[in-house]
Amino acid sequence: MSSLRSITLATLTKDIRLEWRSRDAINSMLFFSLLVVVIFSFSFDPNAEESREIAGGLIWVAFLFAAVVALNQTWARELRNQVLDAYRVSPAPANALFLAKALGNFILVSVLEAVMAPLFVIFYNLRALGPAWQLIPVALLGTWALVVNGTFFAAMSLRTRSREIMLPLLLFPISIPAVQSMVEATRILLAGDGSARFWIVLLLTYDVVFTTACLALFETILQAE
Amino acid sequence: MKRAFPILAVLTALLLAYAFYEAIWVAPMERTMGDVQRIFYYHVPSAWTAFLLFSVNLVASVIYLVRGNAKADAVALVSAEVGVVFCTVVLVTGPIWARPVWGIWWTWDIRLTTTLVLWLIYVSYLVLRKFSDSSQTPKLAAVLAIFGALDVPLVYFSIWFFRTQHPQPVIGGGGSIDPRMLHVLLINWLAFSCFAFLVCWSRYRLELLQREVEEAESLESLSGVSQ
Repeated sequence: MSSLRSITLATLTKDIRLEWRSRDAINSMLFFSLLVVVIFSFSFDPNAEESREIAGGLIWVAFLFAAVVALNQTWARELRNQVLDAYRVSPAPANALFLAKALGNFILVSVLEAVMAPLFVIFYNLRALGPAWQLIPVALLGTWALVVNGTFFAAMSLRTRSREIMLPLLLFPISIPAVQSMVEATRILLAGDGSARFWIVLLLTYDVVFTTACLALFETILQAE
Repeated sequence: MKRAFPILAVLTALLLAYAFYEAIWVAPMERTMGDVQRIFYYHVPSAWTAFLLFSVNLVASVIYLVRGNAKADAVALVSAEVGVVFCTVVLVTGPIWARPVWGIWWTWDIRLTTTLVLWLIYVSYLVLRKFSDSSQTPKLAAVLAIFGALDVPLVYFSIWFFRTQHPQPVIGGGGSIDPRMLHVLLINWLAFSCFAFLVCWSRYRLELLQREVEEAESLESLSGVSQ
């Protein structure tokens, strides 16, 4: 157990340090989602009432697209110099690698959301009519739902031709219930009509089910070569 | 086994013709919907067949992951391919019926949406199989099939929260159906299942032959190198 934790931490700090020095992924994600926000605001001309209804959808679609940018380069670094092959023959548990990568993506996408959310509030004149603090669990659970499957499918699409395009093709169909829960919960909290409890519970279920499935099957995926 | 194939093919053709006759001429006309209701005899059996094939795909995928049996993988591939075809039939016949009866082509109702997401998941499954050309494709595909199966109940619950417009299932759903209509429906389902089984069988044989050919070709090129 301690080896799982120490290897996870070691890989995670290595990835974060690399990202901190280059800032490749976070910069491209930030600029990408800024572009999405601006293009959305040209496509719709909402007043405050309408924007409450559609902002949940816009925010999460922008984050979903931006997350794919980060997820796609999760494993690219490990392919160079055969790091992944070295990992495969080492006695380190496969799940430690998976957890480190998923947590790294989680931190990356959370930072993106923390920076972009105020921008959404400004551009769309948002003011939550429901209990706004519940947006935090929705964001955390939703982000984890996207990155845990995204990290897994990114590892899966390593073995395919044109893997950059493969990841969204695999990830989006499976993510539909998670995206729907995030969008609906955000809409309810912004418009203040009713309780978002059902959607938060559904997101939590989604996270538990797919985290378990990823941890159970990652070894198979890593060894598949 | 090989001799059984033409016999089954003839039987399926007869059964399909009989089911068509029953659905178009024998089944009573629905009082409010009229003749358009007859598409029901194609829509529902296709849906049942598609769901059956997707279940076969899941079972075969799990068997492949546990045992590593190449035949289980061929069954998984074949059932996914034929299942997607039947699911497409469901998604096409549904709107044709819905337009005159509901007045709209499509609605984001629980059964429609779940079927559509199921179709999307299995299309992505086939795309993965197409794009991945390593020898590990079956393993990746089997894992994806399990993820898809885990996803379907969640999709169902997420849409269950909305109002449902689709007619209640006629069997085990509290709806009522004329016994003559039920009879025609079951005959059609039998015919469609036979047809699906026949297509799967011939596709399965084709898949095994193709793998044999590929194996022989790679062996041949290897022996060419060693000489």
